[in-house]
Amino acid sequence: MPSKVEGWKSEAYGNEVREHILEFAEEGWDAIPEDEHDAWFERFKWWGLYHQRKGQESYFMMRIGTPNGVLEPGQLEVVADVADEYARGPVDNPEFGGAVCDWTTRQSIQLHWIKLEDIPDIWEELEAVGLSTQQACGDSWRNIVGCPVAGKDTEEFIDAWPVAEKLNERFKGNEDHTNLPRKWKVSVTGCSEGCGQGDINDLAFEPAVKEIAGEEVKGFNVRVGGGLARKEPRFARSIDVFCTPDEVGDVAGACSTLFREHGDREDRFNARIKFLVDEWGTEKFRRVLQEEFVDFDLRSAGEDLRDEYTYNAGDGEHGDHVGVHEQPDGNYYVGLSVLVGRMGADDTRELARLADEYGSGEVRITQRQNLIVTDVDSDRLDAFLDEPLLEDYSPDPHPFMRGSIACTGTEYCSLSIVETKNRQVRYARWLKENVEVPAGVEDFHIHLSGCTASCAQPQIADISLRGMKTRKDGEPVEAFDIGLGGGLGENPQFADWVEMRVAADEVPGYVENLLAVYEQRRRDGESFREFIARHEEDDLNGLAEPEETSYEDPYMHNTKMTWYPYADEDDMSASPAPTNGQGEPLPSDD
Amino acid sequence: MVTSVHQLDDGAWVSVNDSREVNVSDLWQLARSDFCGCEQADFLAEGFVEVSAAAGRVEARIAGRCIACGEEGVTDWLELGRADPESGEFRSVVPESVHVPDRRRRLATPE
Repeated sequence: MPSKVEGWKSEAYGNEVREHILEFAEEGWDAIPEDEHDAWFERFKWWGLYHQRKGQESYFMMRIGTPNGVLEPGQLEVVADVADEYARGPVDNPEFGGAVCDWTTRQSIQLHWIKLEDIPDIWEELEAVGLSTQQACGDSWRNIVGCPVAGKDTEEFIDAWPVAEKLNERFKGNEDHTNLPRKWKVSVTGCSEGCGQGDINDLAFEPAVKEIAGEEVKGFNVRVGGGLARKEPRFARSIDVFCTPDEVGDVAGACSTLFREHGDREDRFNARIKFLVDEWGTEKFRRVLQEEFVDFDLRSAGEDLRDEYTYNAGDGEHGDHVGVHEQPDGNYYVGLSVLVGRMGADDTRELARLADEYGSGEVRITQRQNLIVTDVDSDRLDAFLDEPLLEDYSPDPHPFMRGSIACTGTEYCSLSIVETKNRQVRYARWLKENVEVPAGVEDFHIHLSGCTASCAQPQIADISLRGMKTRKDGEPVEAFDIGLGGGLGENPQFADWVEMRVAADEVPGYVENLLAVYEQRRRDGESFREFIARHEEDDLNGLAEPEETSYEDPYMHNTKMTWYPYADEDDMSASPAPTNGQGEPLPSDD
Repeated sequence: MVTSVHQLDDGAWVSVNDSREVNVSDLWQLARSDFCGCEQADFLAEGFVEVSAAAGRVEARIAGRCIACGEEGVTDWLELGRADPESGEFRSVVPESVHVPDRRRRLATPE
């Protein structure tokens, strides 16, 4: 029997939901029938709107999908203006203030505290400059990711940006692919370093070369069924298919249609295509794709470049895109470290101004929650690097600031077990002040995810943190499971989970102790990931001890029980939600 | 009225009559359960897997972990609370008090 969500989707889904949202916005929060809340909020996701968690009713997270993370000239300024005007909640965040932009691990943008009544105006402002929230969430083609410097990279094998752009144009709003069994995450990589993170996507196009009619043709090999969520991580698997850039759209559409027809619509927990690939195997997947979903002969896979992949491979060669890098045209791109991917509206607006003044105005979002200013003229590079804003968003950050990623957490998210972004900021600052960086380490990845959904991609980090609970002096406190040694590269590896239920205030002490062990015991030139890889799992457990230190954690209590963890009066009963279009509490029925 | 119940957002919470009522991240005390070897499991709810409602009694199977011993898995059926059959108002049980999971099979709708 189809799931309840499938029932709601069959009644209304996709493009048509927009008109309903506009009507609700015109009439206000109370216009959404109370007994239809769940159905409508499920449908709203397709238009990039996610109802915030309990205690924050009537407020939405809005996600803007920016294909390949590319913000064209003029777009970032509008994002800043929209955040400034519409993304302010009843209480400011103590680390970031009010009105923030979150750059996500899928090269998208998230704004919080969006009110239903403001959505039409926001859409008008965003769409006027070519930005869209369409299909940013929900069961459809999500934002397409890739190497964030596609088209501007000296290591480029093939320019993937026009390929991603065409996919976006073809599959956004496409009624044939509107209603899939579950989310559909696509990556297109064109560089030889593996920056597109295809391994953790539902569908991945990866650079390859194949001899066709006596000529070497550049194109893409196809992999399917990657993903990290629900303690069921999978790397995408090769289905032995090569396609030219012109064929990518047809092959992608065929895979998406296969998913539409054969994905599990009865059990959403089993719906992602990784489970279908588990069940079928790659040979059957390819056979069904060929027999039922394409009308041309699929080519066998070409020769890939995976043995050249250095991105997030743990050897420090190409851990991210932070820093100053020359483009093929002689200009430079400058990757800026944005700690946990969050930036205030004023800083965002200032960065837009700088990108316009020193570069082409284009800014790109990376899959490590950072930003890149492209096309900086070599004559103006030094002046750009001297700008005061770059003291806070540095192209040469401390390794612990540089490598920290965190998901949304209990601040807004229903699924998270623990507070995340503010805590990761405090972790990074404490580590910077108190822990000696092992010699030669410039980039150390610590990914903090509030739950098993893995939005911070914890399994592919040097140190992985996943939200948990434990008891301390008998009282429940927020905690983390700790994993080690994950990463991508030629031989991608998920982290081994080695320390379980470590109280949140003992995590920095654990990292300090672990890095001391690494410094003492590592072999010449051995990276942290290699050091972890040569230990047996049993030896990793207990390799270092969690420990209380001078680090103080203000979020040890159950932040999920609050309406907003940073409010002075944080009890659920103190919530002002739901509110009207002016942010004033609406009268309760009780 | 018929009690409408479902889990949403990847099992993050349980909706009863279109009202968000039970969240993940609570600790549940489970007695006489097969979930783990602990006399009383100190169970962290990480996701609602199945939900059902019969005669106003709302139940769920929950994925999570005993934070005392570390055992992971899915519980048998646990009562989350009761919805008034006339007004639909939901009264939640207190997770921190002791609960006994029920292995009985009952009609349920996987989400």
